[in-house]
Amino acid sequence: MEFAELIKTWKVDDVVVSRPLLQPARGTLCLTSHHLLFSSRGAGSLELCLLIRNIDAIEKSVQNLSGYQTIKCVTEPDGDRFVGSSGIITVKCKDLCIWYLEVPGMEECLNIASSIEALSSLESVAHMYPFFYRPKQASLQQGCDPCTPQVQFTKLSAQTSNWRLSYVNQEFRVCASYPEAAIVHKSIDDATLRTAAKFRQGGRFPVLSYYHTSNGMVIMRSSQPLTGANGKRCREDESLLAAVLGPGMKGYIIDTRSLQAAHQARVKGGGFESKSNYPNWKRLHRAMDRSRVLQESLMKLVEACNDQSHSIDRWLSKLEASKWLSHVKVILTTACLAAQCVDREEACVLIHGSEGRDSTLQLTSLAQLILDPDCRTISGFQALIEREWLQAGHPFQLRCASSAYSHARLKHDAPVFLLFLDCCWQMSIQFPCSFQFNQHFLITLFEHAYASCFGTFLCNTEEERLMLNVKRQTISIWSKINSPSEREQYVNPVYERNDLVIWPSVAPQSLQLWQGLFLRWIQSAEHQTEAYAQIYHIMAHSRKSTQANSEMATANKEAPMPRCQDRSEAV
Amino acid sequence: MGCPLLIHCKNFRVAHFVICQDRDCYDVYNSLLRLSKPVEYEELYAFSYNPKQKEMDRGIGWKMIDLRKEFQRMGVPNEHWEETDVNKNYETCNTYAANLYVPREVTKPTIVGSSKFRSKGRFPVLSYYFKENNAAICRCSQPLSGFSARCVEDEQMLQAISRSNPGSSFVYVVDTRPKLNAIANRAAGKGYENEDNYTNIRFQFVGIENIHVMRNSLQKLLEVCELKAPSMSDFLTGLENSGWLRHIKAVMDASFFLSKAVAEENASVLVHCSDGWDRTVQVCSLAGLLLDSYYRTIKGFMVLVEKEWISMGHKFSQRCDHLEGDPKEISPVFTQFIECVWNLIEQFPCAFEFNEKYLLEIHDHIYSCQFGNFIGNSQKERQELKIQERTHSLWPFLFEKRCQYRNPLYKPSAINTVLKPNTAPFNFKFWCGMYNCFDRGMQPKQSVLDSLQTAMKQKPELEEAVEDLNQKHLCLDESHSPFALPIKLSTEKHSPQMQVLHVSHDNTEKDKIQLADGMETISDEIEKTKNVMESSFMEQSTSNHIDSLALVKLNVQGDEEHLEIFQDKLEK
Repeated sequence: MEFAELIKTWKVDDVVVSRPLLQPARGTLCLTSHHLLFSSRGAGSLELCLLIRNIDAIEKSVQNLSGYQTIKCVTEPDGDRFVGSSGIITVKCKDLCIWYLEVPGMEECLNIASSIEALSSLESVAHMYPFFYRPKQASLQQGCDPCTPQVQFTKLSAQTSNWRLSYVNQEFRVCASYPEAAIVHKSIDDATLRTAAKFRQGGRFPVLSYYHTSNGMVIMRSSQPLTGANGKRCREDESLLAAVLGPGMKGYIIDTRSLQAAHQARVKGGGFESKSNYPNWKRLHRAMDRSRVLQESLMKLVEACNDQSHSIDRWLSKLEASKWLSHVKVILTTACLAAQCVDREEACVLIHGSEGRDSTLQLTSLAQLILDPDCRTISGFQALIEREWLQAGHPFQLRCASSAYSHARLKHDAPVFLLFLDCCWQMSIQFPCSFQFNQHFLITLFEHAYASCFGTFLCNTEEERLMLNVKRQTISIWSKINSPSEREQYVNPVYERNDLVIWPSVAPQSLQLWQGLFLRWIQSAEHQTEAYAQIYHIMAHSRKSTQANSEMATANKEAPMPRCQDRSEAV
Repeated sequence: MGCPLLIHCKNFRVAHFVICQDRDCYDVYNSLLRLSKPVEYEELYAFSYNPKQKEMDRGIGWKMIDLRKEFQRMGVPNEHWEETDVNKNYETCNTYAANLYVPREVTKPTIVGSSKFRSKGRFPVLSYYFKENNAAICRCSQPLSGFSARCVEDEQMLQAISRSNPGSSFVYVVDTRPKLNAIANRAAGKGYENEDNYTNIRFQFVGIENIHVMRNSLQKLLEVCELKAPSMSDFLTGLENSGWLRHIKAVMDASFFLSKAVAEENASVLVHCSDGWDRTVQVCSLAGLLLDSYYRTIKGFMVLVEKEWISMGHKFSQRCDHLEGDPKEISPVFTQFIECVWNLIEQFPCAFEFNEKYLLEIHDHIYSCQFGNFIGNSQKERQELKIQERTHSLWPFLFEKRCQYRNPLYKPSAINTVLKPNTAPFNFKFWCGMYNCFDRGMQPKQSVLDSLQTAMKQKPELEEAVEDLNQKHLCLDESHSPFALPIKLSTEKHSPQMQVLHVSHDNTEKDKIQLADGMETISDEIEKTKNVMESSFMEQSTSNHIDSLALVKLNVQGDEEHLEIFQDKLEK
């Protein structure tokens, strides 16, 4: 197998592994095709099993004997000169952890490093670990498809008959990044859809994303219309949107670009819905930053978090300069705006940017989290991710190719999904009792989106997943999360279903750095864990006694009849 | 439309009123202007506050905290430390308490000599005694050393402090000021200890800024809090420029230094700043909180505030602007202390018996002047004012309501644990609960603590019910038939709140939304809601809470209800 050729050194003894918050451990390091394994002997032993895919960047340096403060970069292995010395490999992971491996022998060190580099640069999806991962208990079918468009439609048809399930995209002929089935307005036939799709970038015609039960308003999403510089129009696309609005209804189009950017897009063939061609639809432009900017923001934030030597002023100015929280604020604000239109204004909403696969999805999914209590449950959130991210064609493979440390300046990677998770976390701290899941659940999703033994987040679209047979040949992360033994750890102990619409505050005073994620490897969470255990304990205890009580009460209610009989018999 | 009135309170509340008639508004404005700046102590609310309590109970209330008992708890007096009556009638130092603790080996003349060499006569006294290893925290004011002056008695005093801790060969002398400030003081005949003149001391500056810097810093912080729809960058830049969190960190760092010296190096510490009643208090009381788990209980915290702040002459009336006076004396010294404690609660969620509400309540009362505890600038002054005879004490009032202040996560431990806070910059967060306390929209909409409290309250009742049922079950067990007694289950969760501080707009509350921009494009209605939300009112505030008043033009529609309640209050 080709992996073997890439690995120059399989095994090294006497390696010292360390990371902040952890005692250094000495042991054996092994490289396999998909993992970096480490095992130390003796008391307090450390077992490490790191997915190669999780490695974001690696750096090599010589151990300076007079103290490791001055780390020098080694550019080329220089013959025998380094024999006997040792090297340090810094492994920076996509989950933001940084490991230090001190490898005895310069040659070994360089071999290990270059092997890791070679293995981690394998890009072929079919060779990725999920295709090889076969845990004993799990079956491949388990946990697949918690929410297909069909399931969503069944739920929807219980509430309204205005929408239908269209298979116009069968075999992905109309839109490569959509699933084969889509929910559209019932008065629109497939021919219209086909024509309208041609008028939208990537064929992403407007489809239903969310139906608001309390007033029947909907959120739809699409990509930008291809009006071009000459202001082309498409009757089918117009009728598609017009059909959604009943008589006297109004709609809002939330464009995730600034008006200027939308105008500029016309030069490249894109564009926006003009007022005259789409009467009753009002356009709102909300500028949201895109991939490159977001990626840099993440890098700056993580860099600031990793440097503990800052003074408060420096820390605050770096936090500010990273703009991470600004992005969070903009996304949450715009999501609130969308939810506002639906719930307060009783209007329908169409959301798109240019491609409709990034910021659009952040908004549609966050708006649902605000509006729909079902999305705030563990299973509902899974369905939301399935629907609004995986099937809606968020290009996970491209966006999550590298994380905060990578030097490879890829064009497509961006922490779009991570920002969404951060916004979810912000909402969960403002409504700590309204979410069934805890932050550990969100962090787990973040980790698996970037590197995973499960196949869920592989590829960019449903079509690609189908071609590689991902659903048949890999295990779904939901099967792990939903297994009874695992599920417990993701449950928020103070959760109590809240059927109201929840409006998060987007004031800067209310938004916080997500310490549980960004400082996870830097700051000990000992006391927070202790507090969490205490909360868990109190709630479990309270539930137990409530339960015992209600059992007693039920027993009590059922009681009178037989007793009366007893008595009558006695009489 | 009406005439708008904007009120800034010292507890960081901002209230907007609209009063129908311009004339009324000016009247209210002028009345409040006068009422909020009393000239005499007797005008303060505490002297007229009457909770209809028995005279005896009032007296008992004042005796709730007994500092002599507190020193006994610490293990003082003992072979090294004793109580001295040198300040019995406040003759040696008129800003100190009457009962003070000093090393057993120093004589009265030494104390008096030392006090003459210290600013305002504030000679070194015991603040906290760590009985595990005999190390002590002592406090004083700066020495009057100038460029070269010495004082034998003062040197003896320090040596006695050093000798009272046989476990260590030296004593730390911590000057909490920045070095430059201390040097500047030398020119005025004050200054800091010269290491050459004192045997076995290790001198250290910790660089906490003075009250004027702190006052300005808070001013800048509040400006940031009041920005209308700030962007994230505006806010973070403003927060940074205010320097507020930097000062909080400095206080925390210094306190942590003290607790480490005592607990880890077994060394005693002598702390001072200029006069030893601001920075010194902050640092000593926080170090006590880190070292001793007793101070992390509801009662213990009262004792700590009484011991370090009230009895040792923190100038509450001047710092909190109780009376019309020198604005340069105002400074948020106590506020910073409370914020540091809040930071510790955030870091150690299971270590404190009390919660954030308790801190906010105490903070509120240093300004409210409803109780006598914080009135005046020293014990002597309070005695002259006959505070104990004429006013009520805050502590029993709080203690009665202690259920509300309890932290459900609190894990009392049998052995004393020393807290080791992490003082990395990201641990210092903006305290929205304090500075935007009344912008309800910014606060978390649900509270984990509340749910836990409910769950815990429910528990005993339910357990009782279960017990009850079990017993009945037993009685019926003989006949082997299920029991049939109708049993009422009481699962009432909340007793109505004791005190309503402000009326919440329940119908709008849950729907409140803070959209930075874009609202106007959609709806005016939301704008209206926002405005209504902003005009929260002050049912329970005393006029002493009022910091500044302004007649400003606001686009709020007149709201008669507000006015009525407001006038009611004024009549009272």
